[in-house]
Amino acid sequence: MKFAFYPGCVARGAAPELYKSTMLVVDKLGIELEEIEKAACTGAGVLQEKNQKLGDVLNIRTLALAEQMGLSIMTICSTCQGVISQANHRVVKDPEYLAEINKELEKEGLHYSGKTEVKHLLWILLEDIGIKSLQDMFNIDLSSFNFAPFYGCYLIRPSDALGITENPKRKHSLDIVIESTGASATDYAGKTRCCGFPILLINQKNSLKMVAKHTGDAKDEGADAMVTPCPLCHLNLDGYQAKARRQNNRGKADLPILHLPQLIGMAMGLDAKELGINKHLVSTANFIKSIKTKVS
Amino acid sequence: MEAQIKVKRFNPENGAKPFFQDYSIDVSEDSTILDGLIKIREEQDGTLALRCSCRASICGSCSMKVNGSAKLVCKTRIKEVSPQGETVTVEPMSNFPVIKDLVTEMDSFWSKVKSIDPYVKTNFEPEAEHIASNESMTHLLGVMNCIMCGACVSECTALEVDSTFTGPAALAKAYRFVADPRDEDKKERLGKLNESSGVWDCSRCLACVEVCPKDVAPMERIVKMRDLAIEEGYTNTSGFRHTESFSDSIKKHGRLDETRLALESTGLLNISGLIDLAVIGIKSLFKGKIPPPLPHKPKEADKVTNIAKRLDSEESEE
Repeated sequence: MKFAFYPGCVARGAAPELYKSTMLVVDKLGIELEEIEKAACTGAGVLQEKNQKLGDVLNIRTLALAEQMGLSIMTICSTCQGVISQANHRVVKDPEYLAEINKELEKEGLHYSGKTEVKHLLWILLEDIGIKSLQDMFNIDLSSFNFAPFYGCYLIRPSDALGITENPKRKHSLDIVIESTGASATDYAGKTRCCGFPILLINQKNSLKMVAKHTGDAKDEGADAMVTPCPLCHLNLDGYQAKARRQNNRGKADLPILHLPQLIGMAMGLDAKELGINKHLVSTANFIKSIKTKVS
Repeated sequence: MEAQIKVKRFNPENGAKPFFQDYSIDVSEDSTILDGLIKIREEQDGTLALRCSCRASICGSCSMKVNGSAKLVCKTRIKEVSPQGETVTVEPMSNFPVIKDLVTEMDSFWSKVKSIDPYVKTNFEPEAEHIASNESMTHLLGVMNCIMCGACVSECTALEVDSTFTGPAALAKAYRFVADPRDEDKKERLGKLNESSGVWDCSRCLACVEVCPKDVAPMERIVKMRDLAIEEGYTNTSGFRHTESFSDSIKKHGRLDETRLALESTGLLNISGLIDLAVIGIKSLFKGKIPPPLPHKPKEADKVTNIAKRLDSEESEE
């Protein structure tokens, strides 16, 4: 199984542990990756506010580069996945617009036919690897753990661009994958809400209220840690949890936030430090200790 | 067919806390959730309070939460949300005070709509009907579909943490006038919307776009107004600095310069904001996470920057 890899800016920058844990996990999964080295940033919806066409051209270019490689794309970021899917959705339903963008891409010798598939690692686990085969690769029993899923807005909305109507399981994909490890998926209202990251630098007070609410609620529902397929959500939920909980009287920052491949790697029996679980700003020391004691 | 409907009940008069009540009713295959609720009220429980009127998704009265997200219950068939006969959970909308059971109080909704002056403002008194050409109004058709049902407000993640936020419905309505070719108050409107609780407080979570039963796409209108506000010269916001720095980074390097984005969005004169960033930066350093000093670039980055330059000048010509 081979994919064109689109890691996104955060995995290359502020969250190197996401990149590293992804590499360790895909190796075990038997997924071969070829990075799309020429790909630009997706624009994360921010560039699109200023110039949607520029955003669309850059994302369709990424899809065209993958087409040239003859591969589907794998992403590891809810925002990247969503923004590329939205651009793809716009051109697929509007052939004239696609032709206009292709005219731009031709200058570089590229062409997009509208057929490249782009999938988050989470969906690949569900749809390409399959839960049964995935479970065969797990050798640690996590049944005494409770993990709170946190999807990231752009991995579940808008449902038409993300193919959720055709693949309804995508709506619950993170719950399904968490449960496949034997752990329980925490049920709390915040799992499909906004992490607050997009307004962190605009309205920090509101942004941190979101962080405090979701992490506090998940903790109250018994979560041992939160798992997210989105490194932008991770930046806020992990990086700002201490300040957010303090500012909103929701206690101490006590909920470790894990990247999706870190959970998978843990279930596979990979070393917590190798997976970079000790690299988060919210302390994971007790969590790592509890894995060792509960599992052994 | 037999439908299982779980309804969130609340009656402030008896002082009891909200609770869920289960009903089992016989409905036809194509019954809507509203049909089911009315049947419950008529045949099983006359105390159940709900609001509805047209039953044809025109009046916007019957917005409720169905299995966790807001829907017009007259437009949603039971079969659609419960294909295998699963229990359907119906609750009143979120982000609204509840009057009783499924009936919410809409006062704050209407006052926010009123706050954006929902009428065309001109500098003269039109002598006859003030007509605009069809072509100049077509871009407003989508936003004019709004039936003020409140579904977007119920779902709004920014309102969930800040009740002062103007919210998706009123902001979509604001766009309807900002972008009306006859309106002569555009600059003042955008100035007001650029202030706190306005367009920049939207978290761009897409929840309003997803639940709107009329495809109004409020978030897209909000984002459009951010751009229009910038065009009108309202640039003293961290929102503007954020968008500008983000776009510049992609145009210059093809990818994101996270360090510069954080600094520029915060504002180089915002000392407390910068200290805040430094704290996170130092904590990351202690975890062995060193922010890249230079922006990472894609291979052949000039290909990206050339596209950006071309399309940027194309846009500024328009």
